[in-house]
Amino acid sequence: MVIEGLTKYFGTRKVLDEFDLTVNERENVVILGKSGAGKSVLIKCIIGLLVPDQGSIRVYGDEVVGISELELDRVRSHIGFLFQGNALYDSMSVRENLEFPLRRHWIKLSQHEIDEMVMESLTNVNLENTADMMPAELSGGMQKRIALARTMILKPKIILYDEPTTGLDPVTARDIDHLILKLQEKYNTSSIIISHDMKCVKNTADRIVLLLDGKSYHQGTYSEFEGAEDEKIKQFFE
Amino acid sequence: MSKTKALLEQTGGLVRFAGHFVVMRRQDRYEIKEFLSQCYTIGYLSFGLVGLTGFIMGLVLTMQLQPALARYGVAAELPGMVAIAIIREVGPILTALVFAGKIGSSIGAELGSMKASEQIDAMEVSGTNPYKYLVATRVIASMIMLPLLTILSDAICLGGSYVGINATSVISLRLFFQKVFAHLSFEDLLPALIKTFFFGFAISMIGCYKGFTSCNGTRGVGNSANSAVVLSSVAIFMIDLVAVQVTNLLRLN
Repeated sequence: MVIEGLTKYFGTRKVLDEFDLTVNERENVVILGKSGAGKSVLIKCIIGLLVPDQGSIRVYGDEVVGISELELDRVRSHIGFLFQGNALYDSMSVRENLEFPLRRHWIKLSQHEIDEMVMESLTNVNLENTADMMPAELSGGMQKRIALARTMILKPKIILYDEPTTGLDPVTARDIDHLILKLQEKYNTSSIIISHDMKCVKNTADRIVLLLDGKSYHQGTYSEFEGAEDEKIKQFFE
Repeated sequence: MSKTKALLEQTGGLVRFAGHFVVMRRQDRYEIKEFLSQCYTIGYLSFGLVGLTGFIMGLVLTMQLQPALARYGVAAELPGMVAIAIIREVGPILTALVFAGKIGSSIGAELGSMKASEQIDAMEVSGTNPYKYLVATRVIASMIMLPLLTILSDAICLGGSYVGINATSVISLRLFFQKVFAHLSFEDLLPALIKTFFFGFAISMIGCYKGFTSCNGTRGVGNSANSAVVLSSVAIFMIDLVAVQVTNLLRLN
């Protein structure tokens, strides 16, 4: 994924200011920044939920900005998005939640194929017995794992995580970190992870990008960031 | 001035939102299963409430009119007069108002809750047109179900009227319906049914719009549900006002 000159305004406020980023294959990039820095805006621009005012986003060579809705749907089938609040459809069971993106895929799948893919996804997150449960019956950690299963069900090449461990206890948060790495290993995915959780950052990041004033302020590994003298970087590690 | 501006902005937003209904992408899948599910929820599950209110209104209307008509010596015309009132106006308006309270508010709350919890965004990123899946299914289901509910409500209302007449005098069911149908024609029924078609569109479209534009979390969801009912109720009366002008012009009244 190559992002060049991405700019986004909300009214007169410039949230992203010619932001550049490259994400390589099988790489986890963590976007670090203060609340309101524009991290969620960035990943929503990538998935097409927000339209940037300027700039370019290319996913495997295909431009995302300014394309038709039909073309955008095709690009989206290669990108998974894990919402901060999970966004499980609360009127549907776990099985129906997982079947939902499969039934809307542009490649037609048989019921047998759908059932297999649902069970594979549930097995990946160790929740095989929850297929007929409703989201409200699940704990927060289980909901997060089902949401991750739904995100992964089409085996996307790129996954966008919006605060994957927010609101979870430390043990469950660590389980989610391990799941992110396990699925990356299994499906050779690249990821952009938005997180304030420094343990999640340490566990999952191949590279960290600090988003400051709408721009990429600094990039490096966790150990490079931890040892940095810059006050703006140090404040995240205090 | 700011309230007027807000009202105009909201009206413009609602018209733009409703306009998407006409220009939806045909390439997107037809959500037949969801549409049938909405027909069940919107139509079948509303029947009990609509039936009950219809029966009570028929009974009350008859019992209120009976003494007045008897005073003027035209009590025998009671079945016909009640039937005309019910078929032309009371049945459609009452059913639509009950529908707005039940369905308009539930659509507004459901979609507002989905908006607040990013479920609508999740649908969009999974390759689903949320407008087609959530709005079009509900609007089309409402446009079909409300006229059907109105017909059923009218019939039950007439049943309530029969009970009301028999509370103070005696009339056979056969004579009652003979008098009812002697005064009714298609010019009474058809315009009334056509306007319920538009009532259904307005109620569900307003509910969906309020849900889609919900903000500020749970408080916003409550506001969406509430304002969906209020705005739908106003829209029902405005559509009714336009409908009566049209039927006057066509000399159907």
